[in-house]
Amino acid sequence: MKNKTIITVVGKDTVGIIAKVCTYLAEKKINILDISQTIVAGNYFNMMMVVDRNEATNHFGEMSDDLEELGKSIGVVIKCQREEIFDMMHRV
Amino acid sequence: MISQYEVIETNEMVEKENLDVRTITVGISLMDCIDADLESCRKKIYDKISRTTEKLVETGAYIEKEYGIPIVNKRISVTPIALVGGACCKTSDDFVKIAQTLDEVAKKVGVNFLGGYSALVSKGMTKADELLIRSIPKALASTERVCSSVNLGSTRCGINMDAVRLMGEVVKQTAELTKEQDSLGCAKLVVFCNAPDDNPFMAGAFHGVTEADAVINVGVSGPGVVRTALEKVRGENFEVLCETIKKTAFKVTRVGQLVAKEASRMLGIPFGIVDLSLAPTPAIGDSVADILCEIGLERAGAPGTTAALALLNDQVKKGGVMASSYVGGLSGAFIPVSEDQGMIDAVLDGALSIEKLEAMTCVCSVGLDMIAIPGDTSGASISGIIADEMAIGMVNAKTTAVRVIPVIGKGVGEKVEFGGLLGYAPIMPVNAFSCEAFVNRGGRIPAPIHSFKN
Repeated sequence: MKNKTIITVVGKDTVGIIAKVCTYLAEKKINILDISQTIVAGNYFNMMMVVDRNEATNHFGEMSDDLEELGKSIGVVIKCQREEIFDMMHRV
Repeated sequence: MISQYEVIETNEMVEKENLDVRTITVGISLMDCIDADLESCRKKIYDKISRTTEKLVETGAYIEKEYGIPIVNKRISVTPIALVGGACCKTSDDFVKIAQTLDEVAKKVGVNFLGGYSALVSKGMTKADELLIRSIPKALASTERVCSSVNLGSTRCGINMDAVRLMGEVVKQTAELTKEQDSLGCAKLVVFCNAPDDNPFMAGAFHGVTEADAVINVGVSGPGVVRTALEKVRGENFEVLCETIKKTAFKVTRVGQLVAKEASRMLGIPFGIVDLSLAPTPAIGDSVADILCEIGLERAGAPGTTAALALLNDQVKKGGVMASSYVGGLSGAFIPVSEDQGMIDAVLDGALSIEKLEAMTCVCSVGLDMIAIPGDTSGASISGIIADEMAIGMVNAKTTAVRVIPVIGKGVGEKVEFGGLLGYAPIMPVNAFSCEAFVNRGGRIPAPIHSFKN
């Protein structure tokens, strides 16, 4: 069974946002399935990642807290949520 | 695959429009705690509730984190205490001791309210029912988290007017005993007609006798989400309006269904129902009155309000009912005054009176809710207000309720502050003509003709 999580990153665009998030995920053996990213209104960064936590070496809560901290250090908001909440709301 | 647009939409609902799961309520049967000895009954109640719900708060926090959806309250409802305490309580003070046990255990497991200090007396009162009802003022004054409710009528049984008369006095006494806190006790006391067995919302939650040993009921909310969705269809016709409300209600209810199933799995307690209510809070934008304004009224209470509310209530149900495998509780739009900034503004501007609110209760999901009235309102007048509301519920085969707060020492034009989710309220005038001779007749009002469906 897939254990999918959606990671969203929102904030002012700077160099290396994706690199930092991806490095963290690689260290924790969290596999990235999909990335989509847009820049809205000039330099407002908006990214969504779908990741698979089947092999992850940490708990969901730890990942969530670590990425939140990482986000703060680079001035963006990073949020982790299980995919089911979006599936439930947007798929019949 | 979920699109970025859908993710953003969901997260905006949570971050900007106050979408949340209002409550996970664990209903617990206390029938197996009945004992002839008061102390042993209290011990059994304490043990069973703490055993069943020891992981409730932790589970709520876990779900909140994994799905990124706030779960505002974790609560408990229990079997009506008049049934549980009947064997061991010989006086009203004995019942008060059970209330204190409930308060202790609520604090221990970390829930903010526990409902079920209740009696079901739609046709008649047993000795135990009457003792419990008479104990309510003291029970609510000496506890913090216990909520009390009394079912006074039903479409099948009519209205128990003896109990209605008694409850007018009980509301008044509760106000007196908690006058130091602006009669806050009355905010934890509600009377019903056609009370549902599986309501997760306070103050009226209790675990009905038809329910299983333990069950998870979830109440969702999201008036802000509905209002924001309606902003985008300003000026469109009723078909577009209704479709928009339905789609939004569907999405909101799906979140409740997910949380209910997950909580049920983690706690090992069966899933009961999702209550798909639009429950406002004092937070700006989290208001049912604002939805009515968005539908096209200058203020809640303007002509057209009842029609707008009827439409809203019905579309919320239609949208929500397919989103959950079991829908129950009160399900619809709540119209409390103190908990809804838009309603408060409408009262302050003179747009909304108790009489208009009464008309609105014919088409909303519950009744007169969180309305502050002058402290010198007589018990008989409160009974009259209750009787009117019970009649609306009985004749229309719907749940109705009354939660009014006669604020001792305050009058029309003054304000009362309850704090937190209970909000604040301007004191509203009550019709000053007497109904004492009516209320004092005694006995009961027979069930209406259309109740005979067998």
